Amino acid sequence: MINENAKTILSVRNLHASVEGTEILKGLNFEVKAGEIHAIMGLNGSGKSTFSKVLAGHPDYTVTAGEVIFQGQDLLALEPHERANSGVFLAFQYPLEIPGVSNRDFLRVAYNAHRKARDEEEIDVFDFDDLIEERSEIVKMDVSFLDRSVNEGFSGGEKKRNEILQMALLQPDLAILDETDSGLDIDALKTVSSGVNQLSTPDNATVLITHYQRLLNYIVPDYVHVMAQGRIVKTGGKELALELESRGYDWIVPEEAVV
Amino acid sequence: MSADMSTGTSPKSGMATSVIATQRATYLKHLLTQASAAADESGLGLKHLREKAIAQVNARSFPAGRDEEWRFTDLSDMLKLPFERAHAEQAAKINESISESASTPLDLTSVDLASAGSTQSGLTQSGLTQSGLTQSGLAQIEDSYRLTTINGHYVSALSIESRSDHAPVRSDGSDGSDGSDGSDDSAQSEGVVIAPLSQLISDAAYGPQISQIVTDKLAQVQGSGEVFTALNTAGFSDVMVIWLKADQKVEQPIHIVRTSVGESISHLRTLVIAEPHSSCTLVESFIGNSADHLQPRCNNSVTEIVLAEGAQINHIRLQDEGLQTFHIAKTAVSQAANSRYSCTAIDLGGQLSRHHLEVYQAGPQTDTHLYGLSALQGKQLADTHSLLALTYPHSTATQVQKNVVDDRAHAVFNGKVYVSQAAQFTDAAQLNRNLMLSSKARIDTKPELDIVADNVKCAHGATVSQLQADEVFYLQSRGISAEQAQRLLLYGFAMEIVEKISVEPLRQVLGDRITHWAN
Repeated sequence: MINENAKTILSVRNLHASVEGTEILKGLNFEVKAGEIHAIMGLNGSGKSTFSKVLAGHPDYTVTAGEVIFQGQDLLALEPHERANSGVFLAFQYPLEIPGVSNRDFLRVAYNAHRKARDEEEIDVFDFDDLIEERSEIVKMDVSFLDRSVNEGFSGGEKKRNEILQMALLQPDLAILDETDSGLDIDALKTVSSGVNQLSTPDNATVLITHYQRLLNYIVPDYVHVMAQGRIVKTGGKELALELESRGYDWIVPEEAVV
Repeated sequence: MSADMSTGTSPKSGMATSVIATQRATYLKHLLTQASAAADESGLGLKHLREKAIAQVNARSFPAGRDEEWRFTDLSDMLKLPFERAHAEQAAKINESISESASTPLDLTSVDLASAGSTQSGLTQSGLTQSGLTQSGLAQIEDSYRLTTINGHYVSALSIESRSDHAPVRSDGSDGSDGSDGSDDSAQSEGVVIAPLSQLISDAAYGPQISQIVTDKLAQVQGSGEVFTALNTAGFSDVMVIWLKADQKVEQPIHIVRTSVGESISHLRTLVIAEPHSSCTLVESFIGNSADHLQPRCNNSVTEIVLAEGAQINHIRLQDEGLQTFHIAKTAVSQAANSRYSCTAIDLGGQLSRHHLEVYQAGPQTDTHLYGLSALQGKQLADTHSLLALTYPHSTATQVQKNVVDDRAHAVFNGKVYVSQAAQFTDAAQLNRNLMLSSKARIDTKPELDIVADNVKCAHGATVSQLQADEVFYLQSRGISAEQAQRLLLYGFAMEIVEKISVEPLRQVLGDRITHWAN
């Protein structure tokens, strides 16, 4: 939902970042306002996933230039957990398995970390159980998953649903979904999309990183961006995704980027 | 010594070696003298068994670094500690003091073990050590059957026995069925004997039978001649006996609590006989005494478990000894056809602990599950030496050993799996995972697979790693600080083994203990 007067949630200017000495992001500019849903599309290696990891603060990536302002704050100055607690959420493309730690415990520790960061009282086990069971309905997740180890033995679809459950619990101001649609069958895609739509409000913003237009049938973006060579090279409305689907990327992406 | 000096190229080191060898021989002789004295004082008799064991000790030497079996576990610190046997009076005094105060739960925290016998409360919450935490946690568990020893001497006041002809027996000789649930217990305890040998041999109903069983079963498993095992046979003060007659299925866990006091050596012995199709959960707790947890001592434990056809034993072993304790233990298991044995061994305490876990197949289609966790800090060492000898077809075996080492701690795993020509269609898997939290910590892992049969599935693997940066980042991205993320991962690593513990309250005690450990 576009509202010109909405406050800016994220403002990225001239962002350069590298991994092991190789520059991946090369002057990226990007702006998101409250209420908006953005889709970032592009070929493999264009820097989409790198961008999401840089925002979340993955230690393997070094920012060499530029700035990222999140709700008036210098995001790059914060530790990864501080970014999360100030309202940034990254749904992982490949969620990790944490054997031996129950999903319920993990979610409670994370939730209480958020509350603590906001000087709110930690919630006890019983209140948390009520809360998490209510949130589980958003992604139609069976509560039995709460007592299993985090993501261990989960199918691809279950892992992605678990990511959205975490998002439903933490209620971020900025949710970045990295290839959340990959590996999902059509039913799981519908469930996950419905969860994301339920969580989208005029006060928060969502950034979808995806290869395929398919996801955008279910989560309708306000803007579609095309990334190539570490920059956003084209921005349009939702119809741009359809055009990419039928025409491919050749017509936008500079020659040398096409392998 | 002269031979060393004349042939060695380095006379000095040759002499040093032989001095140490002499020291070892003297030390072993000292331990044997103490063991024999303890045996005499026990009044158990067993002359033939003891004599044979003495001969076995005499034929062997105290382990040295050049022994392949002890390559990574150096016992030379023990040589400086001329441990003497623990006298029965201490246990007797404690027994009396508790009988007077009529305490039935396992409330060791209210017993001042250090001054052995005074009735005043010895421990305060603030004085609780890590192992004290386990001790107070165990005190919260309401056991149905429990045998408690202090330095290997039986403490009836802290025990709940069972004999076939009556319901669980309490300390004061009452039948323990004063509670409303007594009738269930008495029905179940038909054919279940849970009592110390010292009491059974003087019981007219059991004396002759038990003597026969002890003669037939004790020290009969392969490896009984190993030096510490033989020392134990030569010197145990008592034997905790669990005897499940055919088809007896004991639902409530049977808890054997081993605690100690003072600077001494104790030979702890347990014998479990599971007749055909019987089953039980056996919990062995070796817990340091938090009042004097820095007292040096040695606990040499041997637990023999004999499973007849179709029997099932679920064994939980918790070692949380004091930090100056040498804990040397053997669990020797014999499994007849269609039997199932599972062991979950948790090692948290001790200065040096060694657990020999030996499982011998005595029939086809056995099922064996061995899980182990050592979590070590400071300069602790824990050594798990296992042997799985599969000599009959169609067995399944799983082994997972996990070690976490911090500071300068040292974990050793030596896992032997032998699959003989006869053991066709064996399905065995062994995994050893190690987590190093400090660059000064040390891991030695040595899987040894000796597979003769050709139609078998045998998988094995060993990993040594640090906490994974990606896992830490995943948790951080959910608002959890790096430090807390590491603790959570550590907890998860350890809990994968703790979760195998089927006794819920015990699992909770250990969960709390692991949480404290990770902090």
